Amino acid sequence: MSAFWSWWISLIALANILACVWLIRWTARKRPGEAAEHETTGHEWDGLQELNRPMPRWWLWLFYISIVFGLIYLLLYPGLGSFKGLLGWSQYSAWEEEVADMEARTAPLFREFAEMSIPDLAADDAAMQTGRRLFGNNCAVCHGADGGGRIGFPNIANNTWQWGGSPEEIHKSILEGRQGFMPAFGGNLDEDELEEVAAYVFQLSGRDAPDDLASRGAERFANQCAACHGADGQGNPAFGAPKLTDDNWTYGGGMDAIMTSIRDGRQGRMPAQKDLLGEDRVHVLTAYVYSLSMDEREDEAEDDVEEADDAEDAAASIETDSVPGAERREG
Amino acid sequence: MDHSVIEKNIGLMAVLIALVISVAGLVQIVPLLFLSETTEPMEGVEPYAPLEFAGRDIYVREGCYNCHSQMIRPFREETERYGHYSLAGEFVYDRPFQWGSKRTGPDLARVGGRYTDLWHEIHMLNPRDVVPESNMPAYPWLAERTLDGNSVASRMRAQQRWLGVPYTDEQIENAADEVDGKTEMEAIIAYLQSLGTAIQRNR
Repeated sequence: MSAFWSWWISLIALANILACVWLIRWTARKRPGEAAEHETTGHEWDGLQELNRPMPRWWLWLFYISIVFGLIYLLLYPGLGSFKGLLGWSQYSAWEEEVADMEARTAPLFREFAEMSIPDLAADDAAMQTGRRLFGNNCAVCHGADGGGRIGFPNIANNTWQWGGSPEEIHKSILEGRQGFMPAFGGNLDEDELEEVAAYVFQLSGRDAPDDLASRGAERFANQCAACHGADGQGNPAFGAPKLTDDNWTYGGGMDAIMTSIRDGRQGRMPAQKDLLGEDRVHVLTAYVYSLSMDEREDEAEDDVEEADDAEDAAASIETDSVPGAERREG
Repeated sequence: MDHSVIEKNIGLMAVLIALVISVAGLVQIVPLLFLSETTEPMEGVEPYAPLEFAGRDIYVREGCYNCHSQMIRPFREETERYGHYSLAGEFVYDRPFQWGSKRTGPDLARVGGRYTDLWHEIHMLNPRDVVPESNMPAYPWLAERTLDGNSVASRMRAQQRWLGVPYTDEQIENAADEVDGKTEMEAIIAYLQSLGTAIQRNR
């Protein structure tokens, strides 16, 4: 603020307060020919008389108190141009203090969380309560309150991942964001050809499609789509090319939706949260997202263990069969 | 002079009342018209691009300001949710500004880049599709109506000529072709995505 405007504001503000003092003194002044206090002024309307009453004391005192208050306020707080006030208070310093206070309270908590691994954090109740709130405030608006997604926004509550479901990949997706790129094939393929490819993709996910359509589509798929989605449609998390063999569809799995995806392409974008939330919160969020698919992860892990057990049993029985003296030797 | 002189002379009274009322304005309003903090753009703040400019007019037309403010106050609760508090230099090309005074919906001062274009499109067509508890009305006609390039260009010309927004003549000449035939949906999304992006938000 230039000195001119600083003086402008200060002088007008102070002059205004002094003018109030003058006004109250001036109007209270005794004038020649004035009626005595509590006497009639001589004005009369239909029998109503105007008396010369002094202003009530309480009112007068409030007026003087507010003048004093105003002066003290202008001395302590910023108000007179660029004068900062004796307290040095400003709305920005108040904000900084408030933020620093909260930071001091939450930082130790987030520091504690930051040292834990994602799977440990996902099993920690306190951390997951924080995570649920962060998710509700920042993620649910696209992915849904339960992480179940909507058309256009992936389901992140199951264990099928476009960009990979490891703690590291989830962390990266949230922190840095992701930019999907499915090119539009509408220029290369006419509607019949589109339908063929779509029919093949429809069939890939274990549903019935007319065989003649799908088989023609299979060839085009191998030429145009397999580079990203894999020869068998397994997808590739490195490019964010989704798996096409399950019934998990970000943009809808009906024939129309699949054809639209192929014709017009899809440019899904996950906004980076680094600047919005910061590393500490993203770490907790990663664990929360990880925890959403915990049941499926455990089921899959159990299946793996069972398979491994079965394989082990089988191997053991073969071993026992083939080495008859094994048990005896151990005993 | 006696107060009865003022009481009996309505013209004099009007002048004196105007003087008394203008004191606050002289202190609070007049300096803001001349301070560099309020009249000069902050670093990185540019006049709205033609499509954003058109989107801004749609924002005003649809009365978005009735429910959405564009003014983040310096309170932790607000900066936590919306980002850095608003600064005067961010609004120099907002004519009129869209600060608003009521938040039925969230503040939009820094909504730019927070959501994807697709999200905004779905949200405008039917807010309940992405936010089940939302009570925002749907704006499906935005997807159908298209922009008239010449009308956008002439409105930009008016801002350049009468309000001193530093558009170049070339920008205005190209504006018509740039936006003609685009949908109002594209325009308002472009506008929303531009909001509050001049400030780096770091945590």
